[in-house]
Amino acid sequence: MSVVTVQLGQCGNQIGREVFNTICSDGRGTHGLCSKKENESYHDACKERFFCEEKSEVPVARAVLVDMEPKVISQTLSMAARSGYWKYDDRAHFCQKQGSGNNWANGYSVHGPKHKEVIMNLVQKEAEKCDRLSGFLTIMSMAGGTGSGLGAFVTQCLRDAFPTSFILNHVIWPYGTGEVIVQNYNSVLTLSHLYQSSDALLVHENDVIHKICAQLMNIKQISFRDANQVIAHQLGSVFQPTYTAEGGLHYSRNPLGDLMETLVPHPEFKMLGLRNIPQMPENSLAYSTFSWPGLIKHLRQMLIANAKMEEGIDWQVRPPCLGSSIPSSHSTNKPLHFNTSIANLVILRGKDMQSVDLGSFRDPSLYTSWLNPQDAFNVWKTPRAFNKYEKSASLVSNSQFLLKPLDDVVGKAWNMFASKAYVHQYTKFGIEEEDFLDSFAALEQVISSYTNL
Amino acid sequence: RSGGDGPDIYKGKICSLKARALLIDMEEGVVNEILQGPLRDVFDSKQLITDVSGSGNNWAVGHKLYGCQYRENIVEKLRKTAEHCDCLQCFFIIHSMGGGTGSGLGTFVLNLLEDEFPEVYRFVTSVYPSGEDDVITSPYNSVLAMKELNEHADCVLPIENESLFDIVNKIHQMINSGKLGSTVKQSSLVTSSAGSTKTVQEKPFDAMNNIVANLLLNLTSSARFEGSLNMDLNEITMNLVPFPRLHYLVSSLTPLYTLADVNVPPRRLDQMFSDAFSRDHQLIQADPKHSLYLACALLVRGNVQVSDLRRNIERLKPSLHFVSWNQEGWKTGLCSVPPVGHSHSLLALANNTCVKPTFIELKDRFMKLYKKKAHLHHYLHVDGMEQSCFSEAVSSLSDLIEEYNELDATKGGPRTDPSRLKIAV
Repeated sequence: MSVVTVQLGQCGNQIGREVFNTICSDGRGTHGLCSKKENESYHDACKERFFCEEKSEVPVARAVLVDMEPKVISQTLSMAARSGYWKYDDRAHFCQKQGSGNNWANGYSVHGPKHKEVIMNLVQKEAEKCDRLSGFLTIMSMAGGTGSGLGAFVTQCLRDAFPTSFILNHVIWPYGTGEVIVQNYNSVLTLSHLYQSSDALLVHENDVIHKICAQLMNIKQISFRDANQVIAHQLGSVFQPTYTAEGGLHYSRNPLGDLMETLVPHPEFKMLGLRNIPQMPENSLAYSTFSWPGLIKHLRQMLIANAKMEEGIDWQVRPPCLGSSIPSSHSTNKPLHFNTSIANLVILRGKDMQSVDLGSFRDPSLYTSWLNPQDAFNVWKTPRAFNKYEKSASLVSNSQFLLKPLDDVVGKAWNMFASKAYVHQYTKFGIEEEDFLDSFAALEQVISSYTNL
Repeated sequence: RSGGDGPDIYKGKICSLKARALLIDMEEGVVNEILQGPLRDVFDSKQLITDVSGSGNNWAVGHKLYGCQYRENIVEKLRKTAEHCDCLQCFFIIHSMGGGTGSGLGTFVLNLLEDEFPEVYRFVTSVYPSGEDDVITSPYNSVLAMKELNEHADCVLPIENESLFDIVNKIHQMINSGKLGSTVKQSSLVTSSAGSTKTVQEKPFDAMNNIVANLLLNLTSSARFEGSLNMDLNEITMNLVPFPRLHYLVSSLTPLYTLADVNVPPRRLDQMFSDAFSRDHQLIQADPKHSLYLACALLVRGNVQVSDLRRNIERLKPSLHFVSWNQEGWKTGLCSVPPVGHSHSLLALANNTCVKPTFIELKDRFMKLYKKKAHLHHYLHVDGMEQSCFSEAVSSLSDLIEEYNELDATKGGPRTDPSRLKIAV
């Protein structure tokens, strides 16, 4: 089954290109550290998901590129083609000239309806090229105007046009210290709207990625390209083929469906966080060895202590003691800073993963009480190494990972809204104060739900 | 090409490119000079509106008399130039406040643009007169024009001749004293302009105007060139104008001289950010560092990455005062292509209460004349001009000053954060 990716705005397009680049280069690589047959299986599965063969010499990404100004798309298309290993379909893009001006209302209420037909036609075309459609991955930032506003509108259209397909929104959380002044408004409006049409939101925070680049990748002058490559690696570690069942004979065919099934048991809880270890500069890889027990131990502590990366993990945080008769829905019993999970997914790629002991992730004290522990935790594996890492472990988590960032963004947006600053810029394009209030209410609900796990 | 309008956007093959511009003057001298000078092929000789007698430094003559007379002509020429645009995004109006034509007819055109092209953004670059301006009636003209800017401009970039003059002088001094060493080119202002030994007595307008030209170049750089974080003109109005009337942006530009060696180490890069916030680099007589920020934009050009930007924002933030509801009020842009002759540059735009003194002084100078009714008759005998125009204009200015006062007094909001919405669990 295939995934159609919709790249929205400057951020969405810049990241999208790195994602396809990473997936393609990993897919056709020979560093798999596995049998030739395994490698071929992997390569085929990867191709089917994200690329289309057609009559062209190189695989064509299953993607639609959308932006309200032309420069980024034109760059994205040419950089992809220059790689020589893959490209985008020359006609699978849509752009305008004037941009969205960082205005969510402009993206959602003006550009959206105006260009709905053209954009959905492009999506339809890509969908038809798939033998079987697993669903859609949209890539967007929350801070700007196109990715956020038009992205929210397009997501709604996807839901209407493809009611039985899965929609996963990959959302970029902006820097806390500001890259767009109205980013908190745009974020609140985006999140509240996506929540209505999307199946799940997979989040990457710019602040976290930046730290990874600085402290783990040792990059001195960090560019957006560096950050996007880290993001692409992390996404690739989730979307590349895996065996989802113990003793499975074939690579699983429905990546999005599997993801939703394992991680989103309830529509009120859609916020997914992602962690991937190890992360290091490519030239250090040859000198490093890892053990699965070590990686699992770190990943688990990152989960329960809500560590954003492998450095600076707080080892003092411990799960609450079960065995008392107090039901775990009382949040007062949980130790401070303990991150409660609804569901977790661990993905292991590389040598000797078959014998890994994941009992520590099945510990019921990590989870809320309303799912069976065996349903709350899943593991996907493949012996095929990913992106030159001999061993790579990822965690996709539906937990309180994003509670604080969400609360911060809503708090800042509310603070600004109380002064009515910038509101006239939105009402100009049809988003009224009432719409803001609806969005705030919706997100306070999500915050409350996650807080009371 | 798409996007913004402006006379200095199109460089390169001058003969094949025509500026999307309309040149208006009620005297012929300046326009004629342009049309005979090195840029004569850039301007379309049909896109001119000139007269012979000038406006006599009288806003009323410019706005009411010539406005009325030339309205149709202006509209027609504007429509023509707009038709050539695939996608018209904004107008740049470039004028001075103190005279008659730029100030009066200029603000008339501003009104016109709002009527005829309501969806298109109006960016105004206004040169404000300094205290010792030789035009006696410049306070009248400026305050009358201010009302129009308050009501009809989307964004105003005030420029003061005094500041430009100081900058030009300082650079000459630094070059002559050898303080900048061998890394700075001789005779270097922002672009390596011809001629180095301008004496200080005569006003070096070319050098001063060059600075403003570079301001506009930097402002539009992200719309013209690629970068990892584009910042378009409509994003500037969106992020820097929190309330419709508070649309006056203080600009600063670095570096202001050309370096001989374009490969400067990062230490110099951080200095560039510090300079942008120093008093000396502002294009009006203002000190944003010691006043209240409503919002701030940083547009960087050249080999500067997001980590450089973030590092400097973290570094400078503690010493700046932001309004309570916009504590992280930064808008950032990264354009890959640096200006000619530099490895990188920075344009900072601040919506800051430090514009207040400029406006207060303007009002004071106005009142000095108005109280004595000096020169008033020159204005009042222009058809359509009444005393109420004056009182309304100064009232509009007073209201604006009051808005800034309130912000300064309350730092923009309550001391404690407003309580959040409560949800039924």
